[in-house]
Amino acid sequence: MREEERIVITGVGLAAPNGSNLTEYRRAILNGVSGVVPYEIRYFGPTVAGVCNCDVLKWQSRRELRRGTRAGSLSIYCVGEAIADSGLDWENVRKDAVGVYIGVTEHGNVETENEIYQIKQYDYDCAYWSHHHNPRTVANNPAGEVTLRYGITGPHYTLGAACAAGNAGIIQGVQQLRLGEVDVALAGGVSESIHTFGIFAAFNAQNALAKHDDPTKASRPFDVDRNGIVVAEGGCVYVLERLSDAKKRGAKIYGEIVGYAMNSDSTDFVLPNAERQAQCVSKALARAGLAPEEIDIVNTHATATHAGDIIEVEALRNVFGASKKTYINNTKSFIGHAMGAAGVLELAGNLPSFDDGVVHPTINVDNLDPECEIANLVLNEPKEIGSVRYILNNSFGMVGINAVVIVGKYDE
Amino acid sequence: MTTAEIRETIIGILSDIAPDEDFDSLKDEVSFRDQLGMDSMDMLDVVLELRRKFKLQIPESDYPRLDSMNSTLEYLEPLLQDR
Repeated sequence: MREEERIVITGVGLAAPNGSNLTEYRRAILNGVSGVVPYEIRYFGPTVAGVCNCDVLKWQSRRELRRGTRAGSLSIYCVGEAIADSGLDWENVRKDAVGVYIGVTEHGNVETENEIYQIKQYDYDCAYWSHHHNPRTVANNPAGEVTLRYGITGPHYTLGAACAAGNAGIIQGVQQLRLGEVDVALAGGVSESIHTFGIFAAFNAQNALAKHDDPTKASRPFDVDRNGIVVAEGGCVYVLERLSDAKKRGAKIYGEIVGYAMNSDSTDFVLPNAERQAQCVSKALARAGLAPEEIDIVNTHATATHAGDIIEVEALRNVFGASKKTYINNTKSFIGHAMGAAGVLELAGNLPSFDDGVVHPTINVDNLDPECEIANLVLNEPKEIGSVRYILNNSFGMVGINAVVIVGKYDE
Repeated sequence: MTTAEIRETIIGILSDIAPDEDFDSLKDEVSFRDQLGMDSMDMLDVVLELRRKFKLQIPESDYPRLDSMNSTLEYLEPLLQDR
């Protein structure tokens, strides 16, 4: 492939429940530090959640913060961090050649719930409904707020792809760069979901909301006693560029997007489908021209629901069953499920493996569910494997949407 | 409400909208747009907050009366004198 068609990651900005930049986040993950804490939300009451502590005022004034949404604010934070990390000469970057592609699981629920709560105080008189509701709830809001903050005049939109949205954001960025639509893609995902009571109430109604006396142990994919999802907020945005451009400016290169795939289950609103997941993984491998045994790390999507984890492991057994050198882990066990940010945040948690040769574990597995057994599942402690060449990242979402991204180590 | 109380209420509303501004140096005769960078959405915030606090329904034709502190006080004093 020509260098103009090869797409590389040249900057990372993130807000995770256990770290506000890649260094902090990786350190927390390798030290087994969870970002899940006690949490309480209107109507639903006490629960647990992954809550971010990043200083959003680093990249936004208090006035801008008040005007926008939490998803917008986290996006602005991540983009500010990513641009700074990339070393781009931002003042002189052509702003009409920058695209913003942010994946979201949902958007607008937080603001709508807030507005209904407000007008309830006025006997539901719509005269008290805020004029901010529409600009805050339009589906492009988080990406649009980024363009307002940074003077970007290229295309911006969000990608609604349930919990596969972060990976969908990356894929969109890659495609737009290859099409020549933009020169810089700010691509990733965001989640403000912990600020809507509806998501907690709905997972609870589905018997899929995690409960544990110790919040740090609540998110436990693959454990026999797992009991559901820990909802998390967060964001992660990558600066993506063509390899030719990145080399021209001597950029630091985190890795190359060597493969990806998206597909649909076409079977159920909530239950995933192992066959379609395996097909999505296989398509990504085929696009990358890689055999399963060439993948060093598979970062799973597993959310700690009973059925979901078993189905994903079944899919992975089908693809990687014969591979002795592929290690498997899970990042949600540290941060919970960051919804639209999940895929990209979880990928970021693994990117440093190219440099340190360590596979981070999935924590909180006291008793591995026999139905989730798979070779080389890295449990509870990090594992040094030496050279890491390829990382495959799974993200799956409701109504049957799958997105897989493969990142390769970049060598000069 | 006295004029001073109304002024204090307006300052409270404005400082929610523009939390980084210094309201000690506010010039009562200068337009909010010019000295605080208020836009139309901010002005609608003022209208909404007055509605929430005082159940005042300010018609759109009267929005220009909320241009500066002086014009706002002049407009609100008769409406709020019995509150």
